Amino acid sequence: MDPSTFPTTGEPPALAPDALVGAAVSARRWRPGLKSHPLHSEIFAPGGEGSGGALALALALDMLRVEAEAAEEEARSGRSPKSREVLEQRSVLWVQDRAALRLTGRPYRPGLPPMLRRRLIHVAAETPEDTLFALEEGVRCRDLACVIGEIAGNPKALDFTASRRLTLTAERHNVPLFLVRLDAAPDLSSARMRWRVQAAASPPPLWNAAAPGPESWQAELFRARAHPPGTWTLREEGDTLHALAASGEGKVAADTHIRSA
Amino acid sequence: MSTDPPRRIMAIWLARLAIDRWRQSRRAAGPAPEAEPDPPLALITETAHGPRIDAATDAGLAAGARPGMMLADARTLCPHLQVAPSDPAGDLAFLERLALWAQRWGPWSALDAPDGLLVDVTAVAHLFGGERALLADVEERCAGLGGMGGLIARAAIAPTAGAAWALAHHGPPRAILAPEDDPLQRLSDLPVAALRLDADVLLVLRRLGIKRLGQLAGIEEESEGAGRDAIHRRFRNRRSPAANPLIRLDQLVGRVPEPLLPVVATPPALVQRRLLEPIRHRDPLDIVMRDLAQDMMRELEGRGEGARRLELGLWRVDGEVVVRRLEFAAATRDPAHICRLFAARLDDVDAGFGIEMVRLRASWAEPLGLGQADLDEAAEEHGTSLAACLDRLSVRLGEQAVRRPVPFASHIPERAQRWQPPLAPEPPAQEELTFHARPLKLLDRPEKIAVLYATPDGYPVQFRWRGKVHEVVRVEGPERIAPEWWREKGTTRLRDYYRIEDGAGRRYWIYRLGLHGDGRGGLPDWFLQGLCG
Repeated sequence: MDPSTFPTTGEPPALAPDALVGAAVSARRWRPGLKSHPLHSEIFAPGGEGSGGALALALALDMLRVEAEAAEEEARSGRSPKSREVLEQRSVLWVQDRAALRLTGRPYRPGLPPMLRRRLIHVAAETPEDTLFALEEGVRCRDLACVIGEIAGNPKALDFTASRRLTLTAERHNVPLFLVRLDAAPDLSSARMRWRVQAAASPPPLWNAAAPGPESWQAELFRARAHPPGTWTLREEGDTLHALAASGEGKVAADTHIRSA
Repeated sequence: MSTDPPRRIMAIWLARLAIDRWRQSRRAAGPAPEAEPDPPLALITETAHGPRIDAATDAGLAAGARPGMMLADARTLCPHLQVAPSDPAGDLAFLERLALWAQRWGPWSALDAPDGLLVDVTAVAHLFGGERALLADVEERCAGLGGMGGLIARAAIAPTAGAAWALAHHGPPRAILAPEDDPLQRLSDLPVAALRLDADVLLVLRRLGIKRLGQLAGIEEESEGAGRDAIHRRFRNRRSPAANPLIRLDQLVGRVPEPLLPVVATPPALVQRRLLEPIRHRDPLDIVMRDLAQDMMRELEGRGEGARRLELGLWRVDGEVVVRRLEFAAATRDPAHICRLFAARLDDVDAGFGIEMVRLRASWAEPLGLGQADLDEAAEEHGTSLAACLDRLSVRLGEQAVRRPVPFASHIPERAQRWQPPLAPEPPAQEELTFHARPLKLLDRPEKIAVLYATPDGYPVQFRWRGKVHEVVRVEGPERIAPEWWREKGTTRLRDYYRIEDGAGRRYWIYRLGLHGDGRGGLPDWFLQGLCG
């Protein structure tokens, strides 16, 4: 069993055994802003909407923010290997294969999150094989903040071996990879976290209730090594990613939102 | 007593450079009969006020075309005047090569744009049999360049660049100003244009009645300095030599030094291997490639440069040459990286009876300082650099596949973003407008949708896209974007953009092309252009 799945809180448990199990489960539950993030995630999304790419970006941003804060803390304590400025200048590689490009279009700079606009490098690959090559080269590059890939369907080239290869390379070089699978069936894969996402009705915006609001997604974490599965409604508000437990789920966390500090 | 020989500068004026080059390019394009005279032809530049003549052939000049004239005016004088676009950039590049070639007559040569050269021939004339023979040699060799009459050149030698220039342009042919001659006296009959002045200064001097060099110099002498003061006062604000006749006069006489900026040839870094035994197989070729990459690294390291473009030439036994070219995202001289990229390009080389020589040439290099050597283990541990990663991607996927979006000043959404190589500097742009929401992704080509609406210019209620019906639940708009009238046809229709959300929460960016009854076509069509997150 993976020891990293145990709760890592240093406090002695002063609770009844029943509550202890509950606390352990809730401590392991995924929430935005976690310090330890997996380096290879897969996001299954329908091809007719932009939710897959958007959630990949949101998760990437969440991870980058955590990284930047950690770097700042280390800088304060005087043992920082990389300054926050260096971290915030690293590029983001976005790889799409031709089918994904046709299905959901190209990234559009004015619509990107402002902190990523200057940092995006886009790769338009023809075939899934080329896409996998580009992803692996990207994951191997130390100057990239993260790699986002988009592959449509279940191509033969993307089998368990290929995904294992990506996972190992990403973990070796410590570059996170978010692979969006459009219109794909969840086949065998070694991704550390696997999400299923679709668009969710947005909350009404502040001024015009008839207008579409801030982007929200219904995200289901259906396989993760370190977390129990769960379903959330995710939403970017201001500079943070918020997760609301989906209604109908009998779990405790009502609004397990990030950064209680 | 000084033993230095007196300074001698030779000016070469290629009087008809543009026309001579045009004639040679015409001959290169197709074999024209040798004896055929030039047609009346003018080389033109497009300006804001229409085409303007830069140069004309003899027949064109005879017909009335003059440099600087508008083409329309010249056509009234000579309706059958032919035109060809002029090529100032090509002329300048040619002149640079010619300046290097002209170093056969002297150790230093400088450009005198747009159509002249200056060569320092101090103490070298005796090698050609005297200055007179040197000038004859210049004219002869220029006339022999490239055939078809070559280049018409006029050359002159004088102690200063200014005097040599004046004599070459306005003096008698093959003029020589000996070191002991008084330049003002010898040049007094030349027009003031011989002073290399700007056109507006020449106009001022002509209005003052000063037409010859002698008159300008005479003013100085007549009144013991008072005349010079007067001219000095008139041109007191003119610091540039080309705008101040006094500075030019002093340069001509030699009272003020005039440094020449010499042209220096920098041959590209080149390494090659001649092979004792022609190679026919891939493995020995890889070994040679590795050796060449090592040589190239040492060569470039010595120069403090890194290669941006490398050309690999493979000479086969039967005389064929196979060339493979490679460009890098950033300057590099890492042999392993070079070998790895060339390996993909060498797969389809047909060795025939064998390859006997391999040559690697860095035809484009940029300064690159020394860096800490990347040990193999460290590279494995820390991953590749961004430039190396981009090189690998663009070699396999193509240059066009790896790009970075940059903003462009346009209101039309698909034009508002352009793509450029990933490491190129971002062009300066205005701050982006932030009060409009834009979608995360844009389709390459807007897709047509069938829309149900209550009124033709009202909100969409329902639409069908890719075979699925979407119920519009929430909508914001319209954001009206008018066509760019300065670029597009007058019949282009405006666009009304709507941000919508359907029943399942999917958010799209759609637009209606045109208005009902705007007189630019029938009922407006609807398109889906963007997908919001």
